[in-house]
Amino acid sequence: MTTVARHVAVRRSRFSAGQAVRLIVLIAGLLLVLYPLAWVIGSSFKSDAEIASNISVLPTEFTPSHYTAGWNSFDVSFTRFFINSTVIALLTVVANGVSCLIAAYAFARLRFPARGFFFAIMIGTLLLPGDVLIIPQYIVFNTLGWIDTPLLPLIVPKALATEAFFVFLMVQFMRGIPRDLDEAATIDGCSPYGVFWHVILPLSRPALVTTAIFSFIWTWNDFFTQLVYLNELEDYTVPIALRLFIDSTGQSSLGAMFAMSVLSLVPVFLFFVAFQRMLVEGINTSGLKG
Amino acid sequence: MALTTASAQVVPEHPGRRSPAARKRRGSGSGRHREGVAGYVFLSPWLLGLMGITAIPMLLSLYLSFTDYSVFSTWEDVEWIGLENYVTMFTNDPSFVRSVLVTLVYALVMVPLKLAAALAVALLLNRAWRGVGLFRGLFYLPSLLGGSVALALVWSALFAGDGAVNEFLSFFGITGKAWVNDPDYALGTLIILGIWQFGAPMVIFLAGLKQVPVELYEAASVDGASPWRQFWHVTMPMLSPVLFFNLVLETIRGFQSFTSAFVISNGNGGPVDSTLLYTLYLYKRGFTEFDMGYASALAWVFLLAIGILTVVLFSTGRFWVHYADGEDR
Repeated sequence: MTTVARHVAVRRSRFSAGQAVRLIVLIAGLLLVLYPLAWVIGSSFKSDAEIASNISVLPTEFTPSHYTAGWNSFDVSFTRFFINSTVIALLTVVANGVSCLIAAYAFARLRFPARGFFFAIMIGTLLLPGDVLIIPQYIVFNTLGWIDTPLLPLIVPKALATEAFFVFLMVQFMRGIPRDLDEAATIDGCSPYGVFWHVILPLSRPALVTTAIFSFIWTWNDFFTQLVYLNELEDYTVPIALRLFIDSTGQSSLGAMFAMSVLSLVPVFLFFVAFQRMLVEGINTSGLKG
Repeated sequence: MALTTASAQVVPEHPGRRSPAARKRRGSGSGRHREGVAGYVFLSPWLLGLMGITAIPMLLSLYLSFTDYSVFSTWEDVEWIGLENYVTMFTNDPSFVRSVLVTLVYALVMVPLKLAAALAVALLLNRAWRGVGLFRGLFYLPSLLGGSVALALVWSALFAGDGAVNEFLSFFGITGKAWVNDPDYALGTLIILGIWQFGAPMVIFLAGLKQVPVELYEAASVDGASPWRQFWHVTMPMLSPVLFFNLVLETIRGFQSFTSAFVISNGNGGPVDSTLLYTLYLYKRGFTEFDMGYASALAWVFLLAIGILTVVLFSTGRFWVHYADGEDR
């Protein structure tokens, strides 16, 4: 009896020791991972001289002036860049949501000729590297005369459901909506359009929210396409404008560059705070789970 | 689970089982016709996108890859030069060879380390305890932010000659280099930035770990298997479909990396082409030198390479990916 008790006690203490080691490793890992973020936030409040010499997160002297200086670093202020980024991101959210939802409805619920064929193609485009298409797309848009109105090349592809990832995500989601609901609506006299409007659309809200969050974050962070299509300073988005800091000057504007970098991360960070649970447990796995 | 279902569902489910009411409706030819029309109505934006944004540009770039097209040329003076672009690429373009090597090194070093970090942290965060959600979230955060220009700027400051990394190293008496400006180390800083974003595959590993039946561990325990053996003989086989999924996804993503290399090298792939990732080279040829014909050829070689890589990954997967349902794939 006593040996059993001792055995249990030993096991329990070993277990908690293991737990402690695990926690220490995790905290150390977390500090390492979060250091760059903490460092850039802290450094954006350091004087330029201090940024290079002080690796601690906290500034010795709190200097908020980089934020005002950085905001007006270029001929066009960051107000404009933030508005541009927001407009493009929100339009993308709407365009992606609507176009991918209706395409997904067709794939998930309607029977029409060549459905299997088109579905296979849609899956194929999932793996298609987007960078391959950027040059011919540029040529096509150039031929159409769209290059001077950068909203067109940035938004029109999204309105045409070219983000196959979201189409796939929504098809998977809709397969989880009971078909009985469609059928009940059909018996009540709903056409396929009515079923979409009264059944699928309201029930697809979680998938739409997921799509909206990721459309926003990806568009906000997007660099490649915006770099290609945005050529006038007034049209620049935040990431394209941030790039000007390395183009134009050296060390002198490091603080301003950090301040604007920090601000550029704020919207994504707010999304992270608001939807943390969903981001970590939802989307990345929704394409995986059957 | 996981990939099994994903691949099984590539074929859309056949409308087999339906209620009598629906079957009755289906019987009427006009209802079926109406549904077919509706199908194409709903699919029309996607079809338009497939044609205009994907298929036509792809064919166009295939054609242009056999020409000397540049943005400035009018369509009349585009000249057909046959395989010249492709021949030049493989015989007389050191930058192409360089960019292939840089991309291979980047992906082959970064992806395994990233997945190892993701798996290690996922194993530590697998069990539920108070606060585990916060840890998961904070480890995931870099995946959301890391692809941005802002983080690339932060990275080049951290790894600069007078950057924080060297300040830290100097505590140990190590004199660091100007990492981002040193041809031997610049790519290394990009690799570290890639690994730093291990949160996304970690989240997928966590979802996979949740699906491993607890009974398997209990059985292994009863048989006296050490945690180490349990990891190799229970966790790894059960997790292999998820590992495979992550491997494919991250490899393809790794090959397409662009932003960090562009920002850290200020758009030129330097120093001495050491960060000239393939997509960056493609951008340079297409949009700074306006050799769009040549860049189209680069794009097609890239597409074929990714295709071959995917096939290779899938065929090797047959030897080590274990599916719980025991089906051979």
